[in-house]
Amino acid sequence: MVDTKELEEVSRKIRRDIMVMLAEAGSGHSGGSLSATEIMVSLFWNVLRHDPENPDWEERDWFVLSKGHACPVLYAVLAARGFFPRKELWTLRKLDTILQGHPHRLKTPGVEFSAGSLGQGLSLASGVAMGLKRQGNPGNVYVLMGDGEQNEGAIWEAGMTAAQYDLDNLCGICDRNYLMIDGNTEEVMGLDPLADKWRAFGWQVFEIDGHDLRQMTYAYERFQLEKKRPTMIIANTIKGKGVSFMENQADWHGAPPKKGEQVQQALGDLGFTAPWEDFKKHDFDWVG
Amino acid sequence: MGDIREEARLVDYRKGVEEVPSRDGYGHGLLWLCENDERVVVCDADLAKSTRTIWVRDKYPEKFIDFGIAEQDMLAEAGGLSRTGLVPFVTTYGVFVAGRAWDQIRTSICYGELNVKIGGAHGGISVGPDGPTHQSLEEIPLMRVLPGMTLVVPTDAHEAKKATIWAASHEGPVYLRFGREGVPVITTEETPFTVGRAEVYRDGDDVAIIACGPLVYEALVAADALAKDGVDARVINCHTIKPLDVDTIVTAAKECGAVVTAEEAQVYGGLGGCVAEVLCQQHPVPMRIVGIEDVFGESGSPRELLDRYGMNSGNIAAKVKEVIAMKS
Ligand SMILES: Cc1ncc(C[n+]2csc(CCOP(=O)(O)OP(=O)(O)O)c2C)c(N)n1
Ligand SMILES: [Mg+2]
Repeated sequence: MVDTKELEEVSRKIRRDIMVMLAEAGSGHSGGSLSATEIMVSLFWNVLRHDPENPDWEERDWFVLSKGHACPVLYAVLAARGFFPRKELWTLRKLDTILQGHPHRLKTPGVEFSAGSLGQGLSLASGVAMGLKRQGNPGNVYVLMGDGEQNEGAIWEAGMTAAQYDLDNLCGICDRNYLMIDGNTEEVMGLDPLADKWRAFGWQVFEIDGHDLRQMTYAYERFQLEKKRPTMIIANTIKGKGVSFMENQADWHGAPPKKGEQVQQALGDLGFTAPWEDFKKHDFDWVG
Repeated sequence: MGDIREEARLVDYRKGVEEVPSRDGYGHGLLWLCENDERVVVCDADLAKSTRTIWVRDKYPEKFIDFGIAEQDMLAEAGGLSRTGLVPFVTTYGVFVAGRAWDQIRTSICYGELNVKIGGAHGGISVGPDGPTHQSLEEIPLMRVLPGMTLVVPTDAHEAKKATIWAASHEGPVYLRFGREGVPVITTEETPFTVGRAEVYRDGDDVAIIACGPLVYEALVAADALAKDGVDARVINCHTIKPLDVDTIVTAAKECGAVVTAEEAQVYGGLGGCVAEVLCQQHPVPMRIVGIEDVFGESGSPRELLDRYGMNSGNIAAKVKEVIAMKS
């Protein structure tokens, strides 16, 4: 297990890259990328068996991004892990990029499924989990969903399937930031008591602080010990986490920080002082 | 040489155009309906800002229903609402409605002849940087194969508003396709608009360019370029894909002897497909279809994508040259 202090620093840099990437792109999704940062960092640095040199390694664990709009956090993580060169991050959403506005598995190393239409990832992940199990492959499958995304009926269809087939190798993570596009999840389409719903569907459920790297890692480890049911981690988070003017603001769901002053302010909130464009020229560890 | 028809009452687009997204016309149409038709309710699936139904949510909150991110539910719920006498306008992006909820639209709504109106936003590749997952290129074939469906692809914001208001007056399912980007406003309040009737905007008898959506503007620009080369193109705004204005299309084929269609959508089964079905049975002429050639799009700016995937005025003019060469 990587030292928590170290992973906090990794998370800070991932958030930095998300902001720079989005500012450069001029469009894209800030809020749900920032809220999922620790979920992703604890998974990719502490838990997920993977080989950036060989993304299709048969013995890997699988990560499926169901809330495809949050791909900036996935791209930042994949680049930091070495799946592709860091400079690709600055081509996000531009013509001929390998980093499409929503993930495409045929263009980006490390992306298992194309996504962008919500409510399909849990079924895809469940299918992988079923396929691995049937073939005696011990790999685990992790899938990240939004909370608004839980509105989709297909999520609950997959919920039944995974429980029916005892997919104890399937771990869902719900980024519980209480915001979707039209506002607060409980005002638009209430979800609570969400944990009870998943329990009633036959899942093991953990409700934890999704920004606490230790709690996240512990939940993933508990999932690995489970020998019967699928697991759902409800990760309580703050949409836009780390950037003061984005936190808990529905309007920052699908907007990037503007180039210049605004992205500089976002980086400032994260504790970076170097000019924002300088981060494009240096490696992941450079902090200015 | 033909020219723009006086009675089309178009904007003098050669002097420059204002660019407005057609989804704005939908929003304005909905506001008008909320004021004037008490049966109307407006439904969305967590995309109120992008689809402009937020204008209704802000001004007439009692007429707005958010179903959350649950498009299949929303479509069937709208079917239920319609059976109580309300006229629901359900709204989300084209992919998530025409695709995701197609079976609800087919069996509950069209087969059951329910009075549900569908606003499909973000049609076309000009959706841009969000990429292929959000660029809806298939709604035209998906919707037009359904018996009882009316399918309109407005060319600009004005026409979108007219189509939206018309939809409430029509009994039965209607699908309206809108775009995300600002596109040239070429029509005016006075431009004739009748659902089911294609409008000839420019006279000409060497070739007919039949277009829908924002490509009508590209067709007009192509016609101007072609005129310099001595080619006299008729330009038709075929905003209603279903029911198709067969008379105007067959007449154009007879009088011009060659046809090019243009749409911001897959080439299979769309406007080009409709026109080809009609012409090969009634009056075959050389024909070409401008659209996306059986591939998914990619991220990029709207203009870059229209150019790369062959849907600008130059591409239309090039196809015109091809059919003209085939005429002799
Ligand atoms: C099927 C489908 N419907 C609608 C959308 C448009 N959309 C993209 S993100 C989003 C809101 C997602 O909210 P949530 O799941 O809570 O994500 P997060 O807060 O983590 O960003 C919506 C409605 C979509 N991508 N797919
Ligand atoms: Mg959310």
